[in-house]
Amino acid sequence: MSNHVAIGFIAVGVIFDLLGCLGLIRLPDVYNRLQAATKSVTLGTCMVLFGVFLEFGFTAGGAKALLCILFILLTSPTSAHALARGSHISGFKLWEGSVMDKLEEDKGE
Amino acid sequence: MDAPEGIRMMTVFFVLLLIGAFMCQYRIMVGPTPPDRMVAIDIMGILVVGFCALYSVRTGREFYLYIAITWAILSFVGTLALAKFLEGRSFDE
Amino acid sequence: MKNRLTQFITYFIFWMLLTWSINIQDVSAGVVVSLIAIALTRDLFPEEMAKFLSPVRFLWAVLYLIYLIYYIILANFDVAYRVIHPALPIRPGIVKVKTGLKSEMARTMLANSITLTPGTLSVDVNGEDYYIHWINIMTDDPEEQRRIIISRFEWMLRRVFE
Repeated sequence: MSNHVAIGFIAVGVIFDLLGCLGLIRLPDVYNRLQAATKSVTLGTCMVLFGVFLEFGFTAGGAKALLCILFILLTSPTSAHALARGSHISGFKLWEGSVMDKLEEDKGE
Repeated sequence: MDAPEGIRMMTVFFVLLLIGAFMCQYRIMVGPTPPDRMVAIDIMGILVVGFCALYSVRTGREFYLYIAITWAILSFVGTLALAKFLEGRSFDE
Repeated sequence: MKNRLTQFITYFIFWMLLTWSINIQDVSAGVVVSLIAIALTRDLFPEEMAKFLSPVRFLWAVLYLIYLIYYIILANFDVAYRVIHPALPIRPGIVKVKTGLKSEMARTMLANSITLTPGTLSVDVNGEDYYIHWINIMTDDPEEQRRIIISRFEWMLRRVFE
């Protein structure tokens, strides 16, 4: 690989991806898993794509990598929000160590 | 891209991403509730996008990036459909 | 009319980025495809995008993106710390905060930004109430929660959209 900055970005991104997947395994309930996984994997994949953009430069491939970054930044929080809302509506409870659940209280009224 | 140490480094990245994908697979198999599995499916979709992008650098061909964009869009739509299913609504609402 | 113009510019830029050539054939195909896409998605396109025609707002949007990336990187170190720590230092729960933002798109962007920043995930939005899952609740006081979660984006989103 010619470009050391690009490979640095890709390496850091892959490590963040791995940490997100580790969070998916270690954390106790759906909401916590969504938090860790969405944040880490979004940034990790964006960094990998940015490394790819640095590698290709301003060519057709590089532009596509940038578009993909924009798209992932816009959509991945939306899908996380949809999944969290869906699982709360269909009644999956929080982990028993949770401190408060204002949404459940407001729904009961 | 024909320097041998570059190729070796890319192989390390591919292996790390595969380990991440296997962690997601573990969550899909074990996950005690349906939403856990859906989260893992969503995350694996984004991992595949990163994998495609890396593969385009490895082979030097751009069309893997087209696959990456398409995969990002389709996995977003699929996750939204799963979330709607979870809410117990039909698709035309 | 202004609306359609914004829509056309957005679609055309998207097309140019995808094809990445200034060949006369590609550009004219792009114009035709953008017009067809406008005819198909008239009602789906958010009206407030027309605000980005003014350069000041556009500049603030770019600044906001940089500000957001800084917080995303912070969030990732936060997540890494919590995941690697053997004792799992989490104290999760769902809190409720109010926002003062009026425009629809600003609220959407606020919810997205909340999801990407340290330790918070927006679960439900009901009018101006946000229900937010917080992985480590630091304080039980609603005012303090509001200050920590929302205020760091609200002032900037107000500049961008209102």
